[in-house]
Amino acid sequence: MNKSLKIVVLAKQVPDTRNVGKDAMTAEGTVNRAALPAIFNPEDKNALELALRLKDEVAGSTVHILTMGPQRAADIIRDAMYRGADGGYLLSDRKFAGSDTLATSYALSCALRTIGADLIIAGRQAIDGDTAQVGSQVAEKLGLPQVTYAEQVVEVKPSSLVVRRRLERGVETVETPLPAVITVNASAPEVRPQNARLVMKYKYAMIPSEINATPDSLAAKMTAERDYLKIVELTAADIPADEQQLGLSGSPTKVKKIENVVFQAKEAKRLDAADESINELMVELIASHTLG
Amino acid sequence: MANFFLDNKDLQYHLEHPLMQKIVELKERGFREKDLYDTAPQNYEDAMDSYRRVMELTGEVCADVIAPNAEGVDKEGPRVVNGRVEYASGTVENMKAVNSAGLSGLTLPRRFGGSNFPLICFVMANEMVARADASFENIWGLQDCAETLNEFASEEQKMKYLSWVCQGATCAMDLTEPDAGSDLGAVMLKATWSEEKQTWLLNGVKRFITNGDGEVSLVLARTEEGTTDARGLSMLVYDKRNGGMKVRRIENKLGIKGSPTCELVFTDAPAELVGDRKMGLIKYVMSLMNAARLGIGAQSVGLCEAAYREALKYAHERQQFGKDIIKFPALSEMLTNMRARLHGARALLYETSRFVEIYKQYTHISHERSLEGEERQEMKFYNRLADGFTPLVKLFASEYANSLAYDAIQIHGGSGFMKDYPCERLYRDARIMNIYEGTSQLQVVAAINAVTKGTYMEQIVRYEALEYVEAMQPIVEKMKALRMRVEAMINYVESVNKEFPQFKDLHARRLVESVGHIIITLLLAQQAKADEQYAADAKVFAKLTEAYVASAETYVMNSTGEDVALMSEVQEQY
Repeated sequence: MNKSLKIVVLAKQVPDTRNVGKDAMTAEGTVNRAALPAIFNPEDKNALELALRLKDEVAGSTVHILTMGPQRAADIIRDAMYRGADGGYLLSDRKFAGSDTLATSYALSCALRTIGADLIIAGRQAIDGDTAQVGSQVAEKLGLPQVTYAEQVVEVKPSSLVVRRRLERGVETVETPLPAVITVNASAPEVRPQNARLVMKYKYAMIPSEINATPDSLAAKMTAERDYLKIVELTAADIPADEQQLGLSGSPTKVKKIENVVFQAKEAKRLDAADESINELMVELIASHTLG
Repeated sequence: MANFFLDNKDLQYHLEHPLMQKIVELKERGFREKDLYDTAPQNYEDAMDSYRRVMELTGEVCADVIAPNAEGVDKEGPRVVNGRVEYASGTVENMKAVNSAGLSGLTLPRRFGGSNFPLICFVMANEMVARADASFENIWGLQDCAETLNEFASEEQKMKYLSWVCQGATCAMDLTEPDAGSDLGAVMLKATWSEEKQTWLLNGVKRFITNGDGEVSLVLARTEEGTTDARGLSMLVYDKRNGGMKVRRIENKLGIKGSPTCELVFTDAPAELVGDRKMGLIKYVMSLMNAARLGIGAQSVGLCEAAYREALKYAHERQQFGKDIIKFPALSEMLTNMRARLHGARALLYETSRFVEIYKQYTHISHERSLEGEERQEMKFYNRLADGFTPLVKLFASEYANSLAYDAIQIHGGSGFMKDYPCERLYRDARIMNIYEGTSQLQVVAAINAVTKGTYMEQIVRYEALEYVEAMQPIVEKMKALRMRVEAMINYVESVNKEFPQFKDLHARRLVESVGHIIITLLLAQQAKADEQYAADAKVFAKLTEAYVASAETYVMNSTGEDVALMSEVQEQY
């Protein structure tokens, strides 16, 4: 019998860049968030599933979402609760605005120190920035071991986890002591569907700002009566963080220029289907470092 | 992301029907569970919000998981391994998805882990599942067996079996045997009481049992030794974990190939009696069958939806003579008629569901307290309508499923005859729908009394008296005139029947279908209040009704008592 795990899943609400239309970019070259639907970052869903499987396996475990963003990011916390998460924390403050990965991981790590966790699971990367830095930076800031590119927890031991990693050329199975940070690949199992009964139970879950915006609603009344409907909202002062390291001032990343790169076919080669020609092509591709 | 609820305005219309207010009040009994269960609604709006969300979730699972698996399930099918059924791999995935989504026990009480939703939501879920894969609807939809247990089983049995169903246990209704198909009174499977084991033991064979290896089976068996008719039959519930039942084989079918149709051998299989002895067929199976018929109605409408969509898509994509084939009047007319029949069958399905729902809720309330005078009246009123409309929806929807699947192939031309498009599977799947749970011929037998005793006619007159939008007035007038002509047909048939007793049987289907056409037209015309689309459907369906009644009238009014002999001659041949 393993001791129960307090699991926190780092998740991000992102613009749905898979369905990009002509209004996706502003004239200034930044993402036009208003024109794109906001979704649960896909690999964070894989991370959530990994967490929920651990919760199923290790009795008494809990799963909470930690996300940083505007108020509407509470949507992804509710979404996670409909799938089996116990609750969540929204880091929301004007002071977080403009954060790059360094400032983001700083804020998240401050929050994690406040919340406390046996295991932190994040998606490998978000589809808006594709940096894959935040999960690793959080681990560094908290001084925790990290397992990246995870796709499955093979075994839960009393104070460690055995994790399978999906790498470019194969799989690797590693053991990490707890607490630890795991980042999860899209090759991990897909997230389970929402559950009808959880949807009904949690549909009124809200952060305080949402409740304050609609004080007379049924949702506000329900949230006041039922503690499990309260999603925690944290400001910079709550976690507590050094303001200099937050938001724009804490973000050394500067975007200098954005270019559209269009790949163009330059030359074409015809090959016949003989083994010899294919061998030749392989040799050529390896020599040019296109392969290997 | 595809979604079978969000992409279907017609379904949304029926979920929002004005009668839902009354239904929700009845189902939630004044929201008495609002502080007892964290899933219980606080008020009407809250309840409707939950229904919408859960239907949307169902629509997502249907579109994202079940529909993409349908082709593979049809090809792979289930198999028997050591006397047990193994589902096709896609079916296993589907089952996992619907259970993970918490969709089992949708209508069952919360104290057993159910969601206490109205029947309409279950019908709707079944319809969406069937649109995705009719064969999976067979397996999943059988959980309505639990409704029969909820009505007639002991509290202890309910706690055991209903809770299990809410967690995803599948069901079966073990009725038919090699020599007892439509004639269930001939069932011979024996149930004997064992003093030693203090249980009933089942011995015998059941055949054509859908999902026969399900966890919970309702078994119709002969408990009264020496009897040979319906009065010796009782209903028992069998728990698969107790052993004693083996699957001998599964049938190789034309369609719904993902649904295992089993031959079962019971050898001293322990089972519990449900309700009273000797009431098996007379009371419990009748209730079970009525629910199952509504279920087939839902399955059929789901298939109609799938067929219409496949046909519409192909007609827009396929070009001949330099244009999309939908531009040809012959094809656009065919598709227009398909849409009218689809929406018409659905209108009838949900109207019937509402009647059944109100009647059933009063029944449940009457088990808690005695009903007030007015409530008793209402219960009777809706009971009568539910009994009258259930065979009607089974008849129309299942016949339409076949005709729409037929038309869908026709629109695909030669390609539709190939295994390359889903329409060939729909065509095969549809073929059983007007056969099982009572053939169309038996639905007519079940419905004809409601024709001659006035149930339908009174309801039609009530529909005529409703308010309609301006554009629908001529349609309503036309239906009034047709109703009178059908009344004349009924009177004529009744009068000839006095001298030639089988004359009514001979024309029963024409009478039932004439009445059904008028009802559907009026339902669509009524719906035009909410959405203009229905005005077009009503106009189209009115044409079908006019033509149908005219043809039936010509046939009936020119028929004489001698036709009984003419149509029986074939009995002497062969």
